[in-house]
Amino acid sequence: MNIIVPIKQVPDLVEELEIDSSGKDLDREWLKFKVNEYDDHALEEALLLKEEFGGTVTAIALDGNDIDKALYAAAAKGADKVVKVTGLDAHVSNHQAARALANVIQGMGADLVFTGVQSVEDRDGQLGVLLAHYLNMPHISVVTGVTVAGSNVVVKKEYSGGIYAEFEAATPIVLGIQAARETPRYVPVAKVRRAMSSTEMEEVSAGDVSVSAGSSVSRMFKPVSGGKAEMLSGSAEDVAGKLVEIIKSKS
Amino acid sequence: MANNIFVIAEHLNGKVEDITYEMLGKAKELAASAGGEAVAVLLGSGAKGLAGDFAAGKVLYVDSPQLAEFNPEAYCKTIASLVNSHAPKAVLVGNTSQGMDIAAGLSIDCGLPLIAYASDLSAGNVTSQLYGGKMNVESAVEGDRFIASVLAGAFPTDAGKGSGAAVEDVPAPDLSGLKIKFKQLHEPEGGDVDITASDVLVSVGRGIQNEENLEIVQEFADKLGAALSCSRPIVDNKWLPKTRQVGKSGLKVKPKVYIAIGISGAPEHIEGMKDAECIIAINTDANAPIFDFAHYGTTEDLFDVVPAMTGKL
Repeated sequence: MNIIVPIKQVPDLVEELEIDSSGKDLDREWLKFKVNEYDDHALEEALLLKEEFGGTVTAIALDGNDIDKALYAAAAKGADKVVKVTGLDAHVSNHQAARALANVIQGMGADLVFTGVQSVEDRDGQLGVLLAHYLNMPHISVVTGVTVAGSNVVVKKEYSGGIYAEFEAATPIVLGIQAARETPRYVPVAKVRRAMSSTEMEEVSAGDVSVSAGSSVSRMFKPVSGGKAEMLSGSAEDVAGKLVEIIKSKS
Repeated sequence: MANNIFVIAEHLNGKVEDITYEMLGKAKELAASAGGEAVAVLLGSGAKGLAGDFAAGKVLYVDSPQLAEFNPEAYCKTIASLVNSHAPKAVLVGNTSQGMDIAAGLSIDCGLPLIAYASDLSAGNVTSQLYGGKMNVESAVEGDRFIASVLAGAFPTDAGKGSGAAVEDVPAPDLSGLKIKFKQLHEPEGGDVDITASDVLVSVGRGIQNEENLEIVQEFADKLGAALSCSRPIVDNKWLPKTRQVGKSGLKVKPKVYIAIGISGAPEHIEGMKDAECIIAINTDANAPIFDFAHYGTTEDLFDVVPAMTGKL
């Protein structure tokens, strides 16, 4: 199977998020980025399938937000090829990002396209399903397992409460991965550095992305804190004592 | 029809999901101000009866063996053809496992704007919860028609329940040659621990950093006589089994005391635990959304506080 995995960098939520002077976007000057965690799972599931059934894995990403590092890390983990899509602003809508990725992916002979099921900034919809419709491929989201059966794939889709559905689907298909079967593999920095010198990153133009999300941000604001929690202060020891008392009185 | 608000009804295992009623209640409100009515869209096979308590102006029901179980391809096709032929003002879809396979497809197939993760909406203005619940974003829609994928739990269910509505049968579009075939539904496997039955839950999230550190919270839970549950990243990393997961894709819990350790409180997690009687949050990030839902909180480091609590039990 020829598996394409679009990845993207998203703001690291461990850092404090600030709003810029327009009041409509994050202040991106000091933002730290990391690979969308679901994309990590998508890449892992792709690599597992390749190891089990053969084929190739290509990681692809739009330029910007420190993406080279993420693409080289994908190569270090086992992606056969990495592709950077250029000519777009790093912060486009998902409609435009999906259109650009579709422009490039449609000539790549993909059997499977694995995206992370969602990201923390999908304001205009999750990328994978948008991409599938631009590619005229069917899609299944919230996937937690994929196996190959001849030219078909058998796919687990998760619902709430631990219930899941099993589908059999013809390829090509786009799958929105919720979780890979295994914990995404770790790759040491030294290996990423080696990949930087040994991997040839292909650069491809985004092409025509004249599509619109059909909406625009009018305001960004931090949720008004209900100020509900009574915050306990003091040393860790003091706080622990107070919490134990609360737990005992409430249970 | 142009002022009507569509609600895509969701059902699983022969039961209507709460999100349907939550959206119907909101749709009635939106329809009233638009001068239209709330229209529920129900797909299934022999499932017409599920609409019996929908508080809608009308129900459009499509019956086909291909629609008996949710199928992303068949549902997308059917709903897109309904939206294109009826041209409603807005379409509300759940931001759920099923809805995620519908909303973005409709946006492209029907050429309508989509606003995702909607926690509130009025005519032409939708609020989304982004960045794990750390930021809200208001979007203005171009034109006057849109699709919103609505977060579960954003609106009450009561307003969406009623005595039913007139059901109009709509023929299914051509569903031959589907590339996706539904095989079967799997029920969850029984776990070693039933977290929904525990009065006290010690729940751990990403802040625990690695699998080895789980020992710290397990020891605390054991001393307390509580069950250990967790948020999604812990399960995705296979550190704890799926049966321990609280939240949207896990279980809903209502213990007397819920102790959230290193959990930021993304909307998906809040959905599963917000009804706990007493919520305690331990998180070094003072801006973590979990503190908006907790009754008691501390920003002391969990690696200091949790062992100290264990020592006092």
